[in-house]
Amino acid sequence: MGRYFRRKLLIYLLTFFVAVTLDWCIPRFMPGNPIDILISRAGLRGSAVQTMYDYYTRVFGLDQPIWKQYLNFWASLFKGDLGISIYLFPTPVSKVIAGAVPYDLFLLIPSTLLSWIIGNNFGAFAARSKQLDNTLLPFSYILSATPYMWLGIILAWAFCIVFRIFPLAGGYSFAMKPNLSFAFIGSLLSHWVLPFLSLFIVQLGGWAIGMRNMIIYELESDYSHYLKTLGSPNRLIRKYAFNNAILPQITGLALKLGEVVAGALATEVVFAYPGIGYLILQAIHNEDYFLLQGCFLFIIIGVLAANFIIDIVYLLVDPRMRAGMQGETA
Amino acid sequence: MTARSQKHEMLFFALRNTKLRVGVSILLFFILLTIIGPQLTPYEPNDFVTSGAFPPSSEFWLGTTTFGEDVFTQVVYGLRATFIVGIVGGGLGMLIGLLIGFTAGYWGGIVDETLNMLTNIILVIPTLAVLLIIAAYLKVRGILTESLFIGFTCWPWVARAVRAQTFSLRVRDFVDMARISGMKSYKIIFSEIAPNMMSYLLLVFILQFGGAILTAATLDFIGLGPTNTISLGLMMNMAVLWSALILGSWWWFIPPGLAITAIVGALYITNVGLDEVFNPKLREM
Repeated sequence: MGRYFRRKLLIYLLTFFVAVTLDWCIPRFMPGNPIDILISRAGLRGSAVQTMYDYYTRVFGLDQPIWKQYLNFWASLFKGDLGISIYLFPTPVSKVIAGAVPYDLFLLIPSTLLSWIIGNNFGAFAARSKQLDNTLLPFSYILSATPYMWLGIILAWAFCIVFRIFPLAGGYSFAMKPNLSFAFIGSLLSHWVLPFLSLFIVQLGGWAIGMRNMIIYELESDYSHYLKTLGSPNRLIRKYAFNNAILPQITGLALKLGEVVAGALATEVVFAYPGIGYLILQAIHNEDYFLLQGCFLFIIIGVLAANFIIDIVYLLVDPRMRAGMQGETA
Repeated sequence: MTARSQKHEMLFFALRNTKLRVGVSILLFFILLTIIGPQLTPYEPNDFVTSGAFPPSSEFWLGTTTFGEDVFTQVVYGLRATFIVGIVGGGLGMLIGLLIGFTAGYWGGIVDETLNMLTNIILVIPTLAVLLIIAAYLKVRGILTESLFIGFTCWPWVARAVRAQTFSLRVRDFVDMARISGMKSYKIIFSEIAPNMMSYLLLVFILQFGGAILTAATLDFIGLGPTNTISLGLMMNMAVLWSALILGSWWWFIPPGLAITAIVGALYITNVGLDEVFNPKLREM
């Protein structure tokens, strides 16, 4: 158990290290002087140019030796200093991101967990049932081949423009200010439904297919055949198969996170939903590279944290792991 | 059973597998459209052929964009970009994954530890986030650059799968025999181990192909796709950016997404079909 955790932690720390290093390298080793590019692209005029030039020179520290630039980058990172946003000048990047994160969590956590639970149960139900296999399985494949943003666009078009049930853009009504009234929460929810649905639906197909394949594999295994010869009811065999098949699906959840995050970014762009994805779009359009790099780091940290949580859940769920844990303490 | 009759058996099951037939037919349709499509249209993808957005008609088969560009022309040229990304990006990812997977799986020990660590690290980092940063700093982006970057980031899946397979194959008797007879390591890998997982590698490549297409579509949609050519993701990006939704120009954003879904879906279904052909346990009785 201790070994398992140490290994995982080492990988996560190394990943974080690689990610931060990438984040530092990319602007510096791309062709052209980053400061010139940043200033010219920001479209600043007059005294603002000098101010920004000084600021960038100081932040990038380009006059210092390269190893020192690198250390400085880490130092400011640990102080939570990710630079200042150009798009929302002069708000610090960390503050801009903190404002967007709740929307992301609110969107990602329910859609991922619900699609995982429902998809797995549905896949387990559909396995070895000829009718469901032939009708709903192809449908699941089509779902998992659908680009997130396209489903988002279709939903937006159907429910916002044609039927006018849900609002099209934003995290809440533009006429409102964030407060704790029922009207505001209602507005939040009605803006949330469609991005949630498009993330939920696309992910559903993948889980259902994965679970169906796992269950078929388990039903072919020796213990299932043994149970069958003992005359156990089908329900019991299926239950055991499900318990065994769910473990790889937990690992699958961790492996899929990157893809889900990418899907969420694109979905937020479709609905102008004010999460990290929307921030990234604004950062690209406004050439706001500090914001872009901050978003990048934040996504990495979020995915690593989620991975770690899934590892812990796996430990709690897998009886073999639990046994190992007790064996070590005993 | 001889190798020859085994091949016949494969072909027999391949031809009567519905999933395989449907998947391959859809793929062939889109490949044909990509090749002959440009001949079917007198326009270039960014020609302004009329004034404003019109729904599909006999003159403009899929309608026109707000700027008066022909959607059908954009789709057939965009398909080309899609297939290039799939082949180059997916292929490169496959190649790197094979190299790392074989090396790690065959040699084991410290080589395996190191490569496995590297694979796990790249696997955890959300690929799209890295691609976003790189693309944002490149001023001019071509379709090949995009494919290369996708290829360099999508290999961990292949590496993991190939490593696991190599692990189980390298302790088999015939590999030991080859080793005892003094065969060189790379030769053992390519002539003894690799042929035994060919069917598996084909399946992995198909998934890589589809994955590369989806990644490129997302990247293009966010606005970081190729700057010098049209692509299906870029079409959707333009459609959303120029309020095709509010104007109700459904013919602008439905075809590109439908094409991507159809191609990737067909790839997945082909994959399942092939799996059933290769693996007798999965065949429908």
